[in-house]
Amino acid sequence: MKTIEEINRKIREGKAVVVTAEELVEIAASSGVKKAAARVDVVTTGTFAPMCSSGVVLNLGHTRPRIKAGGGRATLNGVPAYTGLAAADVYLGATALPDDDPRNLVSPGSFRYGGGHVIEDLVAGRDVLLEVSAYGTDCYPRTSLKTPVKLADLNEAVLFNPRNCYQNYNVAVNASKRTLYTYLGVLEPGFGNAMYCSAGQLSPLLKDPYLKTIGFGTRIFLGGGVGYVCWWGTQFNPSVARTDDGVPVAGGATLCLIGDLKQMNARYLRGASLTGYGASLIVGAGIPIPILDEETCRAAALPDSRLKAPVVDYSVDYPQMTGKVLAEVTYAELRSGSIALCGKKVRTGSLSSYRMAREIAATLKEWIAAGKFTLTEPVFSFPGADSGYTFKPLKERRTHTAGG
Amino acid sequence: MERKLVLSFPPTLVNQPVISTLVKDFDLAFNILKAYVTPEEEGNLVLELSGEKENLDRAVNRLKKLGVKVQSLSKRVEIRRELCTDCSACVPLCPTEALEVRNHEVVFISEKCIACGACIKACPVRAIMLNV
Repeated sequence: MKTIEEINRKIREGKAVVVTAEELVEIAASSGVKKAAARVDVVTTGTFAPMCSSGVVLNLGHTRPRIKAGGGRATLNGVPAYTGLAAADVYLGATALPDDDPRNLVSPGSFRYGGGHVIEDLVAGRDVLLEVSAYGTDCYPRTSLKTPVKLADLNEAVLFNPRNCYQNYNVAVNASKRTLYTYLGVLEPGFGNAMYCSAGQLSPLLKDPYLKTIGFGTRIFLGGGVGYVCWWGTQFNPSVARTDDGVPVAGGATLCLIGDLKQMNARYLRGASLTGYGASLIVGAGIPIPILDEETCRAAALPDSRLKAPVVDYSVDYPQMTGKVLAEVTYAELRSGSIALCGKKVRTGSLSSYRMAREIAATLKEWIAAGKFTLTEPVFSFPGADSGYTFKPLKERRTHTAGG
Repeated sequence: MERKLVLSFPPTLVNQPVISTLVKDFDLAFNILKAYVTPEEEGNLVLELSGEKENLDRAVNRLKKLGVKVQSLSKRVEIRRELCTDCSACVPLCPTEALEVRNHEVVFISEKCIACGACIKACPVRAIMLNV
């Protein structure tokens, strides 16, 4: 048994043994979990994938005379931001689209530029055109504003992502006779391909399946800078079915992440265009897992061959929410280039970049090994597997109109 | 030997049996990989020609003299490495398996490419270009 405090002391003294989750898989396979647990102090993870529930809170700064964006309208490079906040605060979401984007009017739409791309442009230090129109008040008399801004000009720019780091995810296939355009990519008819989106054995929450070490306040790698876990993510579901190892075989846990955009890097925050689906933001995140005992080590050492994902038909079962799973496959199978499905060899592709996940885990490892990044004790833990907390569909009810 | 070519015909040649005459005159075989004619623009043909090397060279010269733009197919599709994240979303969509993951990186095997463009719309960061 080790404590986070003891591990932090070793980090500060430059004596901590830090390895990536991929390296731990090798170490545990060759010398066993017991020896690995005694030797290793910290395991670093990484993921780099489109995460639609992402965005930035921006404080624009006040103009002379003042203008109230709140309750008015604000766009950045033509992409509308949410203005239901105070005068100079806006929230720009990753999937927001310019009003004149044709969407799927001619299907499939290409969604070349949306909120995620604005965020990438801001992080890269590029000029972004800010336009505000307001209704004017006694204290905020100005009604229109048009100016280029860049990240350094803004007071605060905070990446605030209500749902990132999905613990596990569906593998999408298409049983129908027409091509489908989904958030998991282009799906060719007749099980033409299978698309997945996870870094598997490097993915943060697959390596701490019960979130024993990750909770409110956990310090992480976010977008190339330092960020924090600031709540459990939306659609959090600890009550999900699990393998014998305790790892969810479907969605499972998620995290709400926050961090200062000004210290991030455009290499790890990329705008995404998902043909026929929409715009998004590819987020790079990495979480350190302290090896406190054999149990945390055993979970963190699970290889791709023991991590499973559900195969779901996106022509019927996903859109209609039937809950049907066609098969379960391992990340080792997915990463081999093809899976066997209904007697057919189906080629696989990933929306999540394993190369970038490795880079993130390696970067976080360097930060910790250099004593620049220490671990955090969660302020509190998130609802657990036996909490009864679950993810439910929306219940539609009849509306009641006045006098009706 | 074989050569995969992209031919762009000016509007004046669209109505003429250029390829048919070519294969007869130079004893070539052809396999059409893709063909399209845009209204009031040019005709585009992606094809594989096979025959004697000398005859292939002469055939290409004839096409050029007629005003047909001849490009090697392998130069048509390009992955911009500085944009690519190696996610592999494009890989299973390639009908000729010209895209592969090797050592966690997406590798483009240009000789296998038929420039169909299936990979382009699959790329979330628009790192794949079809040069025209």
